[in-house]
Amino acid sequence: MASADSLINNGGVIHDIGYRRYTGARLGRRHIVTALYLHSLRTAFGLGRSAKAKIFPGIVALIAFGVAVIAVAIRSQSGEIAISYLYYTSVMGIPVLLFLAVVAPELVCRDLRAQVLPLYFSRPLRRADYAVAKVAAMISAVWLLLAGPLLLMFLGGVFAQTGGASGARHEFTDFLGGLAWAAIAAAVLGAVAMPLASWTSRRAVSAVVIVSAFLVTTPVIGVVDDLGGDTARQLVRLVNPLTLLDGLQTWIFRTSRVDIGRYGSLYLVGALALVGGCVALLIVRYRKVAA
Amino acid sequence: MQTRALTKHYPRVTALDALTLDVEPGIIGLVGANGAGKSTLIKILLGLLDSSGGSVRVLGMDPATDGEAIRARVGYMPEHSALPPDMIAAEFVTHMAQISGLPRTAARERASEALRHVGLYEERYRQIGGYSTGMKQRVTLAQALVHDPDLLLLDEPTNGLDPAGRDSMLSLIQRIGSEFGISVLVCSHLLGEVERICESLIAIDAGKLLRADRISSMTQRRDVLVVEVDEGVEQLFARLNEIGHGVRRAGRGLLVPLESDDTFDLIMGTVAALDLPLHRLDQRRHGIAELFADPPEEASHGVG
Repeated sequence: MASADSLINNGGVIHDIGYRRYTGARLGRRHIVTALYLHSLRTAFGLGRSAKAKIFPGIVALIAFGVAVIAVAIRSQSGEIAISYLYYTSVMGIPVLLFLAVVAPELVCRDLRAQVLPLYFSRPLRRADYAVAKVAAMISAVWLLLAGPLLLMFLGGVFAQTGGASGARHEFTDFLGGLAWAAIAAAVLGAVAMPLASWTSRRAVSAVVIVSAFLVTTPVIGVVDDLGGDTARQLVRLVNPLTLLDGLQTWIFRTSRVDIGRYGSLYLVGALALVGGCVALLIVRYRKVAA
Repeated sequence: MQTRALTKHYPRVTALDALTLDVEPGIIGLVGANGAGKSTLIKILLGLLDSSGGSVRVLGMDPATDGEAIRARVGYMPEHSALPPDMIAAEFVTHMAQISGLPRTAARERASEALRHVGLYEERYRQIGGYSTGMKQRVTLAQALVHDPDLLLLDEPTNGLDPAGRDSMLSLIQRIGSEFGISVLVCSHLLGEVERICESLIAIDAGKLLRADRISSMTQRRDVLVVEVDEGVEQLFARLNEIGHGVRRAGRGLLVPLESDDTFDLIMGTVAALDLPLHRLDQRRHGIAELFADPPEEASHGVG
């Protein structure tokens, strides 16, 4: 390439091969949505962007792996499981929340602010597909953030466990459970964050809105825990996405994290409704947005 | 491309009012004042807006039902800058090619090629945020071109460019239309730009068609020379009239029909013979602007 350019600059022979028509494949909807999804997933971790955009995702990933390393270290020293595969996702609650507050606006506000949407929607990309690809990328990014360290914990755990082959099998089942739970948590948190982020083109505003959405109802839970009856206490965790997840985990994995009484299935319904509602909201949002 | 009684109402204004057009392939200029309905027309052609009435065909398809098929074969350059500043130009154009349905490797190749065609080959690995306005406009054009469309819709492509930038953007568009074999619809509120590069012209105002025709049939009269002298205009006018040219007065200068290259010499000779200080001698084509010099009656209502 450089030699051809230098020829031109020297005023020598100009090799203008002219315009060539494209006769290759033009792929369909699935390819287009996948391309946008992968692009957004890379964007979430700052790949293909400036060094500045890589700093924050890098810090959060560092924290995530740091926690995993500590968990492995404790286990190999003392033999006790300080952080289980399931509990790991809860431990990561605040870092994940910050990750959402920064990355969700990154995925959608940038397109709104730079007015890139007309370029997308003047191509064979449906508006709903744009919304779905973006929310899928957000959910996957959160899951990857959790799955990497979980894998590290599993590798450490296999060597630390003393139960032989059956112990390793048991370890693997626990690990799969941890991955599945991380996926569920990622789906709920990612789905909630995206419509909140898409409302404005200002990233800072979006970030504040996301954080407050997750925190604003926590006092309610504290008050009800202190003053409410049994039923109220068992139901109140539905009002906040983070505590909703605690309740759901208690019900699915029969852990004793929180008291949800007989209302476990309600937590499942609540989570499904939340994810469905938020994705629908995001699709509606992009149906309206000007192209 | 064809429209029949195309109408678009917004809640408060009528942007397009029973517009009927037949457009042949080639470079087509779409001119009209700001708010005349140019952008609205483009968005309907892309299937981004639904029309309120009438019918449209683009590349033989209906945007309302085959929007995706049309958008796969049409390139669109919006009026406003629409680029993410923190992306590398080559990556952005590659991404846009993929969104148009091109496989990854083909998208990469076509992106480099499109950026080369718009003259950004060496700068293509820089971040868009560091580009000048002209370079950004070129990237926007490259992303419209990258998937090898059959039709390019350019909304005010020279917006915000300096005169040199305008010139190179216009000649680039002309090359795309003539050498690349892609039909181009150029939107502009500047008639002068459009008449330079277009083969045919559509003028709309307040959503109504003023005139649609080939440029050649609009500018049948021959070129003229503009002559300006600092003093003695009357003398020169009288002298040139004697020689027998259809000289006309225009402001401070004179307009002389350009019949052959000799006309230059003749004027120079006459000016020298009268010993007048020559201020300006320019060749000018009869502008189609003159065709729209008197705004038609019906243009005075509608979209403001």
